[in-house]
Amino acid sequence: MPFRLLKQALRKNKPDPRFFKTPTELQSSYDVVIIGAGGHGLACAYYLARNHGITNVAVLEQGYIGGGNTGRNTTIVRSNYLTPEGVKFYDESVRLFQDLSADLDLNLFYSTRGHFTLAHSDSAMRTMRWRAEVNKHYDIESELWERDEIARVLPFMDMDCGGQHPVLGALYHAPGAVARHDAVAWGYGRGASDRGVEIHQKTKVNGIRIIGNQVEGVDTDRGVIACKKVVSCVAGSTPRITDMVRLRTPIDIRPLQACVSEPLKPFLDTIIVSGSLHVYVSQSSRGELVMGASVDRAPLHSTRSTFDFVEDLSDKMLDLFPFLGGVKIVRQWAGMADMTPDFAPIMGTTPVNGFYLDAGWGTWGFKATPISGKTMAYTIANDDDHELIKPFRLSRFAEYDLVGEKGAASVGH
Amino acid sequence: MKLLNCPHIGLRPVSEFSYGGEVTTEPDPIVSDDKDWADYVFNVNGEPGIRREWWHHGPSGIWFILERDTRTDTVVQILDSKDAVGG
Repeated sequence: MPFRLLKQALRKNKPDPRFFKTPTELQSSYDVVIIGAGGHGLACAYYLARNHGITNVAVLEQGYIGGGNTGRNTTIVRSNYLTPEGVKFYDESVRLFQDLSADLDLNLFYSTRGHFTLAHSDSAMRTMRWRAEVNKHYDIESELWERDEIARVLPFMDMDCGGQHPVLGALYHAPGAVARHDAVAWGYGRGASDRGVEIHQKTKVNGIRIIGNQVEGVDTDRGVIACKKVVSCVAGSTPRITDMVRLRTPIDIRPLQACVSEPLKPFLDTIIVSGSLHVYVSQSSRGELVMGASVDRAPLHSTRSTFDFVEDLSDKMLDLFPFLGGVKIVRQWAGMADMTPDFAPIMGTTPVNGFYLDAGWGTWGFKATPISGKTMAYTIANDDDHELIKPFRLSRFAEYDLVGEKGAASVGH
Repeated sequence: MKLLNCPHIGLRPVSEFSYGGEVTTEPDPIVSDDKDWADYVFNVNGEPGIRREWWHHGPSGIWFILERDTRTDTVVQILDSKDAVGG
């Protein structure tokens, strides 16, 4: 064996250090315990350490980092929502995303693509106009495109969708982007770990201890931890956690499925969404078409994916791109989505002192990763809801003050 | 394609059916306060397990009740709506 290769094998310190420290023991107490090491949990840990100097924090994850919905979404980032609350919140997230690679010193492959939401009916056109006006009011680049303009930039798309659902126009959102989703979790994890946060994988939370109305600790399968503040960042498992603190919520779990095709030569440089056809698609940097549809018809606590989904989605894809007929689907999967009645998240303080929720992320969680982490960190540090997330408080349901976010993806309206 | 056994016309593709929410008991609207009413309208039992749900068969317009395991998506029992709610 050449000596220079052998030298590498014998070196103790490998040139690339591991991303995170792997702490062996749980401490007996922490200032904050974060349940769930997905993008949201790790972002929350990162901003707690970086912006608020709170580093005695444990992130507990029953599986592995980013193994839940962080690694299962279709990686779309955008802010062209419908309600002022949603638009302001997601806009801040897009801004954070744009600088995030530099902030985390990790290439997130953040790629601004432009985002078309196609309208196939007069009522859809009306909603697109409405969204464009709300967006423009908040200084977000969104505009209504006519059919002819779309046909010019997407010459390979069947504008009549097989004759059944002709495209009348679209909402065009220039900042729409895709990013490498695992890297977002890893980057936040490394940033948090470097600042002293402990990330404990394969550690399951079995219960939350409450005395009076105050959180006092967490029971895990590796022992008991004392702490006064616990935040739940467990997309898809939220009801199991809220049951531990006897909190009722409107969150119901539905699978959201997605799939990718075999790699193709690059042809699609924008993100295309059709609410009427229940399809969204972008082409990854590897050339795969990343596709998703709407949530399953009924609640289910499982990540199984179905043939029905692929069959239905492929049929709709052929409406838009008839030339894809011979292309194979190579992978399909599902994530469990926390669905809420108004398609908005549930965030912030709760009636239980020291218990914070970062939940209800339905089909809109990945794009909110940076801003949810930042606002939740503020909320936990100050024990007061951040201004941007006040509209998403849990008590809005009891106050009949819902958000009504009809700009959410993959849900029927 | 997955099939569902409609209590009235037998096995049909599941795409003909729609989910209508968990079976719950409506509180008395005269005596219940806003908080209880909001709890009834919005909150759900999101825990995984067997639960009773309303399902609707589109082509025939019939509502019925399913007992379904929300961990495995398997039907435990199909009930006629009048058997289940005593109507």
